Amino acid sequence: MSVDRKTVAKIASLARIEMDEPALDRMVPEFNNILAWVEQLGEVDTSGVEPMTAVIPQALRLRDDVIDADPLTGGGIRDKVLANAPAPEHGFFGVPKVIE
Amino acid sequence: MISDLTQLGVRAIRDGVAGGEFSAREVAEAFNANVAAAKDLNAFIVATPEKALEAADQVDADRAAGKPLGVMAGVPIGMKDLFATRGVQTTAGSHILDHFIPEYESTVSQKLWDAGAGMLGKLNMDQFAMGSSNETSYYGNVISPWRRKDGGNAPLAPGGSSGGSSTAVSARLCPAATGTDTGGSIRQPAAFTGICGIKPTYGRCSRWGIVAFASSLDQAGPMARSVEDCAIMLGAMAGFDPKDSTSLDMPVPDWAGALDADLKGKKIGIPREYRMDGMDAEIAKSWDQGVAWLKDAGAEVVDISLPHTRYALPAYYIVAPAEASSNLARYDGVRYGLRELPDRANLQEMYAATRAAGFGDEVKRRIMIGTYVLSAGFYDAYYTQAMKVRTLIQRDFAAAFEQCDVILAPTAPSAAFALGEKSDDPIAMYLNDVFAVPASLAGLPAMSVPAGLNSDGLPLGLQLIGKAFDEQGVLDAGLAIEQRAAFAAQPERWW
Repeated sequence: MSVDRKTVAKIASLARIEMDEPALDRMVPEFNNILAWVEQLGEVDTSGVEPMTAVIPQALRLRDDVIDADPLTGGGIRDKVLANAPAPEHGFFGVPKVIE
Repeated sequence: MISDLTQLGVRAIRDGVAGGEFSAREVAEAFNANVAAAKDLNAFIVATPEKALEAADQVDADRAAGKPLGVMAGVPIGMKDLFATRGVQTTAGSHILDHFIPEYESTVSQKLWDAGAGMLGKLNMDQFAMGSSNETSYYGNVISPWRRKDGGNAPLAPGGSSGGSSTAVSARLCPAATGTDTGGSIRQPAAFTGICGIKPTYGRCSRWGIVAFASSLDQAGPMARSVEDCAIMLGAMAGFDPKDSTSLDMPVPDWAGALDADLKGKKIGIPREYRMDGMDAEIAKSWDQGVAWLKDAGAEVVDISLPHTRYALPAYYIVAPAEASSNLARYDGVRYGLRELPDRANLQEMYAATRAAGFGDEVKRRIMIGTYVLSAGFYDAYYTQAMKVRTLIQRDFAAAFEQCDVILAPTAPSAAFALGEKSDDPIAMYLNDVFAVPASLAGLPAMSVPAGLNSDGLPLGLQLIGKAFDEQGVLDAGLAIEQRAAFAAQPERWW
């Protein structure tokens, strides 16, 4: 199945990647080549086959129900969390105005 | 005093430091000098000579004080730039992680420092580990230290995505390096540069602090110049980590201590589907040579079938992009890394502009494919079908391992190619991993060891694939090949 330029533009929008006309010109054939290639999977008879959910079967563990059980991933480290933010403001992540 | 410490591997350095033949500081200084002199290879994004010296001084002080030394004590290593390193820029080879300086250390790198290793620097790589030639890095191509002996001097690909790692180890810029393998990213670059590399069973090494690409496939592993060095370093990297929900909660065996190249009573499977039409004659020859070596080591060789082999790559190119499109959603210009904020842009426009500027073309392609195959109406036809095929591939391996202990195959379909040779054709590039991807999809341990040089004077690798949790079987068969191949070639220094 081949997808059209409008569909590729829609996917770019869903993926939040800005694509101008020349970028779309390049992407449409590449996208279709890759899709056409992966579509050979349709040949495989998978009736009665369960999709893989875990490559090594394991039960999902629950962590102890304790606040800040692991200090590295717990709370109280606001400044570290913000240390790499491009525009931190007053202890928060700064973003462009979202309400007019 | 040994004339060139940078010719030594992990074991020799560790034992030499422990035995007082040379100091850890002398070792670190020698490798720091090689790193500084190898800018032409572009293997490092950031060099951290002071970190290497600091770790070395600690080891020398501990030794002087009679304290016990770790299994990597005094060994300076290269760290793939996919591992978060506290206080040292970590970019995954991408513009979108510009100036990202982690406040935390990945579990695997921390384990290596705890074992006495030191960091020479952060190694270049394909952007977000997406690539097989190291041509997708924002920081430029890594150049393989190898050249064809035709005198043409065409710059060759070091393989990918761990191309900085493979180049650095091969060129003696470090005795060992970390790599990560999602669909061949340790094994293929190891094969291209004449070194060893092992991807352990999925879950052996914690993924915590490794920049995520495709979480159900990503595994860290060592790259070094001998099987034993890989075994030692893997022992230091592996182990249960409660911070990774898929970490294996099982003891780490003493792989290095148990190494045994006597394969009597072992069965080696040769998958007939890997012998593809049009296979490179020199690859086929090296594979046959590998069979002979393993027989010589006492193994029995059996023919096996992995019927879904040809569907592994297309399944991978649905599963990996799908997971990548989810994992890479986090790069939005808000919490870390690059922000592109065009004049009067709103929040959505900021996301899209940031991601357009920050991601390279291959990363965008994969995010787009992943977004498409996960989108409403197409999910079952693509993603669910790929995960069913993944089940079938795993069943193929399970059936094969009823007849054999370890599988022998080529690592890659060719020797290293020239930079630029495949970069315009994504699918031609993807086909490089045709022999590597099936083991990744099944979560199995797999290793590449050097087998010899082809007629162009370039290294070829052989791949060993084992049962889940049987790294030992893979390493033992690798050792049997290593002893017989006696691979001693190294790139002639031109940089």
